[in-house]
Amino acid sequence: MKVYKISREGLDKWIKHWTESYDVFGPVEKNENGMTDWAEVKGLDEISTAPGTTKQPIKTFYLPQPETLFTFTSRGGEPDSDVLKETLDEGRPRVLFGVRPCDARSVTLNGLAYEEDPYYMANVERTLLVGVSCREQCGTCFCRWVGGSPFGTEGLDILLIETEQNFVAEALTDRGVSLVEAGGGAREASGEDLAMVESMRQEAEQAMSAMPDTAETLRSKDLMSMYNADFWGGLSESCINCGACTFLCPTCYCFDIQDEVVRKKGRRIRYWDSCMFPLFTQHASGHNPRGQKVQRVRNRFMHKLKYFPDRFGPVSCVGCGRCIRECPVNIDIREVLRDLLGVE
Amino acid sequence: MAESKKEQINNPYMPFPARIEDIIVETEDGNLKTFRLMLERPEDRENWSHVPGQFAMLSLAGRGEIPIGIASSPTEKDGLLFTVNKAGVVTGALHSMEVGASVGVRGPLGNGFPVDSELKGKNIVIIAGGFAFTTLRATLLYMLANRRDYGRITVIYGARTPGMLLYRKELEEWQKRDDVEMHVTIDRETQGWTGLVGFVPTVAGQVAPSPENAVALICGPPVMIKFTMPPLEKIGWTDEQVYLSLENRMKCGIGICGHCNCGPVYVCKDGPVFTRAEVMKLPVEF
Ligand SMILES: Cc1cc2nc3c(=O)[nH]c(=O)nc-3n(C[C@H](O)[C@H](O)[C@H](O)COP(=O)(O)OP(=O)(O)OC[C@H]3O[C@@H](n4cnc5c(N)ncnc54)[C@H](O)[C@@H]3O)c2cc1C
Ligand code: SF4
Repeated sequence: MKVYKISREGLDKWIKHWTESYDVFGPVEKNENGMTDWAEVKGLDEISTAPGTTKQPIKTFYLPQPETLFTFTSRGGEPDSDVLKETLDEGRPRVLFGVRPCDARSVTLNGLAYEEDPYYMANVERTLLVGVSCREQCGTCFCRWVGGSPFGTEGLDILLIETEQNFVAEALTDRGVSLVEAGGGAREASGEDLAMVESMRQEAEQAMSAMPDTAETLRSKDLMSMYNADFWGGLSESCINCGACTFLCPTCYCFDIQDEVVRKKGRRIRYWDSCMFPLFTQHASGHNPRGQKVQRVRNRFMHKLKYFPDRFGPVSCVGCGRCIRECPVNIDIREVLRDLLGVE
Repeated sequence: MAESKKEQINNPYMPFPARIEDIIVETEDGNLKTFRLMLERPEDRENWSHVPGQFAMLSLAGRGEIPIGIASSPTEKDGLLFTVNKAGVVTGALHSMEVGASVGVRGPLGNGFPVDSELKGKNIVIIAGGFAFTTLRATLLYMLANRRDYGRITVIYGARTPGMLLYRKELEEWQKRDDVEMHVTIDRETQGWTGLVGFVPTVAGQVAPSPENAVALICGPPVMIKFTMPPLEKIGWTDEQVYLSLENRMKCGIGICGHCNCGPVYVCKDGPVFTRAEVMKLPVEF
């Protein structure tokens, strides 16, 4: 890891330099209630520094909505009609600037499930992440309960830490170092800078309540005792199966595949699907393994907090709090997590 | 991620091009047809290798992809067989296709029956109801081709009517053999039928194959499986000896898309074949 110091003007120059070879995206204030969302940017002044996360998670860059898997021409009788052509998108590389540590972790966590998926991996390959640490948290943030940190670096190429006058930039990967070099104008950070960053890190972490070993504890519990716990019925009662939670969740990665043909031009696309919808599991015969709402609500939480950890190790939740913020009936994953940790 | 790793990944969503070589209407209602598919490229044919019990995604460009069990045994060399029930969009489109049409095949997927490990040296009892006989046909043919690797083989297979039985010609041939014990049954008396009459669970109870050094492979509608277990348990069968094949909705077939999970397992990748003992430890979401 290499650590640099860069001024606000210097950062603006980085972005301007990067736009020569990358598409650069950042959180931009988009609507009147101050919510930010991802948009292409040309300079630092366009980027919002408001605390908290963007409305959309960054999975939109890794699992585009929709994503074309193959194209084909349809039923024309020509020799290549109906033959699928691969469309692995190796388009222009891009930099996401201002990614929160929780969102950055989601890329690594989803990567555990997508290891053999060439489309996802191509997007990982061409997307560089410049993160910004969180000095302030929102009421719905809980990254420290699920293995993250407001100064976390997992998944990032560069982590920026805003100090009194400047920024400290930790280049965490070779790609990060190249980005700093391409940006130019950075000085190596001094021992003093490093000490300051360290004390900021400690201060930020201490300001948040933490829950250590969450994944480990959940993994050690009995699957069926968690599944059969008595709180699922009450919890699911108010859910209206709108799916907002899963669409806004950075680590909800389920998809459907469908074919689409318009004027003989066809494509096989994949797009987000949600286990909150009854059709997700329904057979042609009408039989439905998760036909009841309680089964679907339980599946969402059990997947994140038990099935995924049992299979891959970590919890499939980064604590960004979007599902808490946006659920119309105030279902709160933090309560479910506490309940599950309490299951004997 | 390292370049080298990226190159190793080939596209698991890309089907092999194939052609329909033959179509056999299996049942009197015309709702079940067996399609014999030939992979177009010689290298794909050469590299193809599957285990009985595995499935593949059949791809119809413009319609979609569906999981279908591989009905042919790897010991049959003349293409791949898929027996398809007409149920909806993709199966409907497939049923309207003719010999010579092109389709895609993505697979083989899933685990299959452990024919070369746990099942070796065992007495085998195959129990099938309705059109779930498909991958068990593959299994039976594989075992008959490697007959000395297995002990006694008993088949209990039932359908609603004689006209709803799959693979009629082969059933007759197997009935003539003395190295496989066939019990083919239909639900109700019908004119011209001289074989067994009764539901599969009842016949399983009457035939009562011994559990000693034996395994049972059971495929059929959930109710059939449910009612077949008690008569077997009564004579000493345990859940560890019983293999089932689950059928959950699935899209990717490689454990990513999230549709087919049954608790922590993915039916597509960890299954579709499980022992009943394994299934009993899972949430009932299949
Ligand atoms: C491992 C496995 C093996 C199978 N083997 C066979 C077989 O050998 N022969 C056979 O006829 N059928 C088999 N099926 C069932 C077959 O996949 C469905 O009947 C088929 O997907 C229906 O598709 P459709 O487009 O015609 O119906 P639609 O109702 O239009 O289907 C819409 C979508 O629903 C899903 N779906 C619907 N029913 C099922 C189902 N029962 N199982 C899984 N997904 C479903 C599919 O994703 C399909 O694309 C198997 C299913 C699985 C999971
Ligand atoms: S956002 Fe809330 S109401 Fe909507 S599906 Fe999720 S839990 Fe249910």
